[in-house]
Amino acid sequence: MIKLHYLYAAAILGVTATMFSCEKLTPQATADNEILDGPMDGLSGMQLNQFFKGDAAFSETFTATTGLGSVFVASSCISCHAGDGKGHPTTTLTRFGQTDSTGNHYLHQGGPQLQNRALPGFTPEVLPAGASFSKFTAPAVTGLGLLATVSEADLLAMTDPNDIDGDGISGTVNWIDLPLTIAANQNAITQNGKYIGRFGKKASTYNLLQQTITAYNQDMGITSTFDAKDVFSGHDLDPEVSNQTIHDVVFYLHTLKAPIQRNQNDAEVIAGKKLFIQIKCASCHKTELKSGYSPIEVLSNKSFYPYTDLLLHDMGHTLDDAYTEGSAHSYEWRTPALWGLGLSPDAQGGNYFLMHDGRANSIEAAILLHGGEGASSKSLYQNLSANEKAALIKFLESL
Amino acid sequence: MKTYMFIYKIAFVILSIMLSLSTRAQTDTTKTLQRLAIDSNRQKLNMDAVYNRPFLSVGKLPVALGGYLEANTQYQVTDGVSDGFSFQARRLTLFMSSTIARKIKFLSEIEFEDGTKEINIEFAAMDIEFHPMLNFRGGIIMNPIGAFNQNHDGPRWDFIDRPFVATAIIPTTLASAGFGIHGKHFANNWVLGYETYLTNGFDDHIISNTDGRTSLAAGKINPLRFEESNSGLPMFTGKFAVRNRKIGEAGISYMTGVYNKWKLDDIKIDNKRHASVLAFDFNTSIFKNRLSLMGELAKVWVVVPDAYTQQYGQQQLGIYLDAIYTVLQRKISDWDNAKLNAGLRIEYADFNQGTFNENGKNIGDHVWAIIPAIAFRPVGSTVLRFNYRFEQQTDLLGNPPANTAAFQFGFSTYF
Repeated sequence: MIKLHYLYAAAILGVTATMFSCEKLTPQATADNEILDGPMDGLSGMQLNQFFKGDAAFSETFTATTGLGSVFVASSCISCHAGDGKGHPTTTLTRFGQTDSTGNHYLHQGGPQLQNRALPGFTPEVLPAGASFSKFTAPAVTGLGLLATVSEADLLAMTDPNDIDGDGISGTVNWIDLPLTIAANQNAITQNGKYIGRFGKKASTYNLLQQTITAYNQDMGITSTFDAKDVFSGHDLDPEVSNQTIHDVVFYLHTLKAPIQRNQNDAEVIAGKKLFIQIKCASCHKTELKSGYSPIEVLSNKSFYPYTDLLLHDMGHTLDDAYTEGSAHSYEWRTPALWGLGLSPDAQGGNYFLMHDGRANSIEAAILLHGGEGASSKSLYQNLSANEKAALIKFLESL
Repeated sequence: MKTYMFIYKIAFVILSIMLSLSTRAQTDTTKTLQRLAIDSNRQKLNMDAVYNRPFLSVGKLPVALGGYLEANTQYQVTDGVSDGFSFQARRLTLFMSSTIARKIKFLSEIEFEDGTKEINIEFAAMDIEFHPMLNFRGGIIMNPIGAFNQNHDGPRWDFIDRPFVATAIIPTTLASAGFGIHGKHFANNWVLGYETYLTNGFDDHIISNTDGRTSLAAGKINPLRFEESNSGLPMFTGKFAVRNRKIGEAGISYMTGVYNKWKLDDIKIDNKRHASVLAFDFNTSIFKNRLSLMGELAKVWVVVPDAYTQQYGQQQLGIYLDAIYTVLQRKISDWDNAKLNAGLRIEYADFNQGTFNENGKNIGDHVWAIIPAIAFRPVGSTVLRFNYRFEQQTDLLGNPPANTAAFQFGFSTYF
């Protein structure tokens, strides 16, 4: 009987010890600067509620029953932007049919985007013979709210299309047509009835609402009241996603936190940043931008560090796929934001798939693919010592 | 008028039954209810599990009733994020069996999962024995694939969660409308058993579901599956098992069938696509039955159209291994043969075996878990369980895994 008492005592002690050691036996949260997802600081309870609704919608997997396809590229937002980061080759999409500013001449053959997957029993699209095309790897979606609020005046102030300052860097905006369902910003700057594009590889998308609607429609074959045309049949269909869901996703994209730099005080990182500026990477990959007004208070009037100027630049013939959008030339690409670059492998299956189509498997390979306006920086990089190159790469990995 | 008379007659019959029961209720029910007990820790063949349960019978009525309940509390944390404590009433299952006539039996099992979120008929079949080696079974039968699907009652297990191989790979409880035969042969210490059935099959949800991965479980959600086979073709399930009373049991089972709607109005609209599962299971007890080992491995093949998304895998694999050691077996309090068990489960499931078409690298989408457990069995039919679960899940692309830990305490008991 005494032994039994020992047993009970051991059980009570065991349970108590477990309760107190609970914390040590559970996985700890990853540091904020080690992950891309998560809301911006300072959102209200109501805003956080909408953020999490948007998060859930961003993760929703569509099926044939809920509107997927019949032809499509991916079945959910998250499948292209795992962890809100950059995409993987398996969801790299193909755009085709436009070579210059005269527009896309293959719209009647399924352009501008190839839906290369299909529901069982359906046939996916194939690239029309003779159509020029480019492959786009999905970008990271963090910090977009801040990029969305940079004023158009600030964007234009950074342009130098005729390279008047003679630094070899021009930079221009993409003047685009607005779809009827997208409202222009108050005080939007126009040129010949065209508006300034800001998002996408060619800066051909006006805002995050347009980006979201296009992704639902072209990537997943999901119709909405904003874009009711079914990519398979070409007919207008009933909406397969609600306006509220779209607004939730747009809010989510606006309020995903900006990537946080790591190891900022590391001597090698500091040296790398100096080299980044010294070899003029920062001419296009601007280290600091300022947001303008936003109805979402936490986005308004902030300085932030995206390492982009949101402008189009000539990147040379190696990256010229003979495909374009809006008024951009086929050799022009919008400067991608470099924040979050070091965390890319955590979203890309442990590898780097950089540049617009993921062809670069390392940061160095990406640097060496720069041509056109980036050629000078590439040459300067090639002339750095091994230690200097390592410091520069370490700085980029810290972003 | 006829309707009123009919309702009146029914009401009279029900009232009479209630009165007779209430009369009995004033007596000591323990004298009229007879418990046909079993020790749920000891097994015959897994295929016998459906009848090898504790039932209550009333006098000489040829009907026996039973069931089990399982509930638990859980505190779970994934990468530092927790939704706090939850109390879960996972399953309430009711059995009813009857001997219709000599060598003709009926048994049904109805399960309420998570309250009334899911109500399923998991078994409702008639057995006619022509010979021990030849029994006919028809109705809603449990497909004999793997062992857990046949032997899934909560009180039999010292772990709160079912293993992945029995949930996400083989969707326990997998029950289908169909017919078939089964039988056993006894020879000294050996028992050989077989089961083979034709049933309705899965449907297109296997590769079109909100989980975003190939899932046989999603293919059994269709409420029409008890009245028609989605493909218009039967699904085959067969199992062969052998048991040596001194060594243990091993089983091999196979299930295959066309899952998709491939013709409409007799016109072919698509290719036939198969879903198939091959499973191996075993269990044994050593050290004078103090250490029990059991496990199961299942491999799934699903034909997925080439043009469809690769997130729906063509092959899956699941495996688990349980080790249960009886630390203490003695009279404790008023229980003469109470047991204290320590257990360990290791499990793994790969939901998408293969490589990406685009770069030839391995597709992720896999999970493994390790679960130490302590279980107290005051009697064979009741278990109190405390589990710690550590799980690591990798997404489709093979990104850094999500780590989850859970503390679980619960019970499961036949009644």
